[in-house]
Amino acid sequence: MNHNEALKEWDLVIEPQTSLFELNLKDVWRYRDLLWLLVKRDFVSFYKQTILGPLWFFIQPLFTTIIFTFIFGNLAGLSTDGLPQPLFYMAGITAWNYFADCLTKTSTVFRDNANIFGKVYFPRLIMPLSIVVSNLVRFGVQMLLFFVMIGYYLVQNEMSSLFQPNIYILLFPVLVLLMALLGLGLGLIITALTTKYRDLAFLITFGVQLMMYATTVIYPLSAAPEKYKWLIELNPMTGIIEAFRFGFLGQGEFTLHTFGYSVVFTLISLVLGVIIFNKTEKTFVDTV
Amino acid sequence: MSNTAIKVENLSKIYRLGEIGTGTISRDMERWFKTKVLKQEDPFLKIGETNDRAYKGSSDIVYSLRDINFEIQQGDAVGIIGRNGAGKSTLLKILSRVTTPSTGRINIKGRVASLLEVGTGFHPELTGRENIYLNGAILGMRKREIDRKLDEIIDFSGVERYIDTPVKRYSSGMYVRLAFAVAAHLESEILIVDEVLAVGDAEFQKKCLGKMGEVSKGEGRTVLFVSHNLASVSQLCITGVFLDNGVVHSVDSIEKIIHDYHWNKIAIKKNVYQLPFFISEKIILNNYKFTKINNEISVEINFKLSEKIPHFRVGFKIFNSAEKDLVRSLLTDFEPRAFVLGPGEFKISSSLDLGFLAEGQYKFALHFSIYGVKDFLIEDHFYENFEITRSLDFNIAYLMESTRADVITHNKWEIENF
Repeated sequence: MNHNEALKEWDLVIEPQTSLFELNLKDVWRYRDLLWLLVKRDFVSFYKQTILGPLWFFIQPLFTTIIFTFIFGNLAGLSTDGLPQPLFYMAGITAWNYFADCLTKTSTVFRDNANIFGKVYFPRLIMPLSIVVSNLVRFGVQMLLFFVMIGYYLVQNEMSSLFQPNIYILLFPVLVLLMALLGLGLGLIITALTTKYRDLAFLITFGVQLMMYATTVIYPLSAAPEKYKWLIELNPMTGIIEAFRFGFLGQGEFTLHTFGYSVVFTLISLVLGVIIFNKTEKTFVDTV
Repeated sequence: MSNTAIKVENLSKIYRLGEIGTGTISRDMERWFKTKVLKQEDPFLKIGETNDRAYKGSSDIVYSLRDINFEIQQGDAVGIIGRNGAGKSTLLKILSRVTTPSTGRINIKGRVASLLEVGTGFHPELTGRENIYLNGAILGMRKREIDRKLDEIIDFSGVERYIDTPVKRYSSGMYVRLAFAVAAHLESEILIVDEVLAVGDAEFQKKCLGKMGEVSKGEGRTVLFVSHNLASVSQLCITGVFLDNGVVHSVDSIEKIIHDYHWNKIAIKKNVYQLPFFISEKIILNNYKFTKINNEISVEINFKLSEKIPHFRVGFKIFNSAEKDLVRSLLTDFEPRAFVLGPGEFKISSSLDLGFLAEGQYKFALHFSIYGVKDFLIEDHFYENFEITRSLDFNIAYLMESTRADVITHNKWEIENF
């Protein structure tokens, strides 16, 4: 009697690891309420017992922007494609933070939830998904700040002719989805591997930091030296951030092949991530 | 078709002992290559041994469960008992899908709710109400299901007043009450419960046991219960499964199983631990003698200390059938000269009239420890089971009553206007 035949007679059949592709997405859907409650938990517990509350969502990108403007803009004098420096950095930071948060939080999901996972069953994929959605709330709040800043520069009329939002702004939802899925996919791969090989956990914290410098957050792709440009374009986040800036601010190098590359890279890492995660979740309690 | 709720077939679970680190990638690859590519039998299954923690095995792979087979009928209340490490928790973990079996299969009919811990996923910053929703969802409830039962849950928990206070301000008792209240309201055909009632006050424990009894008897639900508290197991369960070293020793009525369990423990001791026994490098138990005449026990212990050991303690404890230590008697408790002992060989003896214990099964166990440093935990190694019979001058009118108290004192009562 194989698994499927047994399922006709029984409601649940527990067996050793079956197929790699048995993802149980139906179960994930059944537990969707849990996803929302986890997002709510993250949001509420974030600002409980703080004075500034949700304002903290603004403070981090704001200060990073100020520091970047001072160091990279004024001291190092890096190009910003002619855009106002704060606006340029804010765009990069907001987008990058969302990706980086998704990646780092997802990459420790097994370790952080070892206790819960060891005690009760629910589709494990709910946990990383809730992380991505929680961060989306945060990202949304930070986008507000970005819009406020755009508004400020429009009113001040300091924008040169370089500021040309265009039709590519419509790609925004796609870009957000890409960042979320890329962070999720890479995070799932890393968290699955860290249950056995802890070394990766150390790599991820400064790896993400280093990766930011290999992405066009603090400099535009146009300012990258020709010799290393291909290396920066190899980073799937480059295409996404460039498209983000191009759509909102009108500056950046948006080409179909870099964007297409980001899409393909994201999908591959997502599929790979989900499969590895799915395989690991079954026995990770024994190895962690 | 019979109304089987759970059917376990040839279930095994292996664990690799020791650190998982060096060499695992290569071993993982080897295993993967042999089983998946060459379609051979799993090389690590072959060298497995039974899981007896008292023996040091020659291989670092052990079977936590080995070829388990049994069936559970719908509406039955089943107690799973066995020594520490017998595989009870592993079985529960597999049943509640926290981990997967290595081989074999479990077929289940009905929705399963498992409670390996109360309050899983409680967040200290959230209020009681918010935690009810979160915990309920983690246990598999839908939001509208919780909406419907919210009042009932709050009522059962008895913490209405604090329901909008963050649970970090709760006392541990309130915390457990709230958590159990959520779990008790799960709608499922099968309920799996690990030893979660060890916490909480006595009144609430009773309420929980009552609720669980209601679950299994009243609503036709199947309950699986693991506990070391044999008293509550026998109270709740109808059937028993006795696991021993990862295999099913027997499946029978709960009374029969508890009886088996007691006798099995005696048999194990005689086989495994030989005297003289090295309790540690410096402490050797040469011999001991336990005798019991009527209700009076006598013990003689011969041991050797290879050097001076401050705070060394030796003596015995008496446990009741629920494994609770009722009596402790240590050499150093009332003997200041023995505070620092050794080196040398010692022979100590004592006797004690246990007539104050209620009739029933008890366990006498040797105790060795160094105060504040180490308890050698040999209670499972060197012990004797014995029975206390009712003293002859006890009121014979109550002959049929089973006393719930462990201690029955013989103090004199004064009666005025007699």
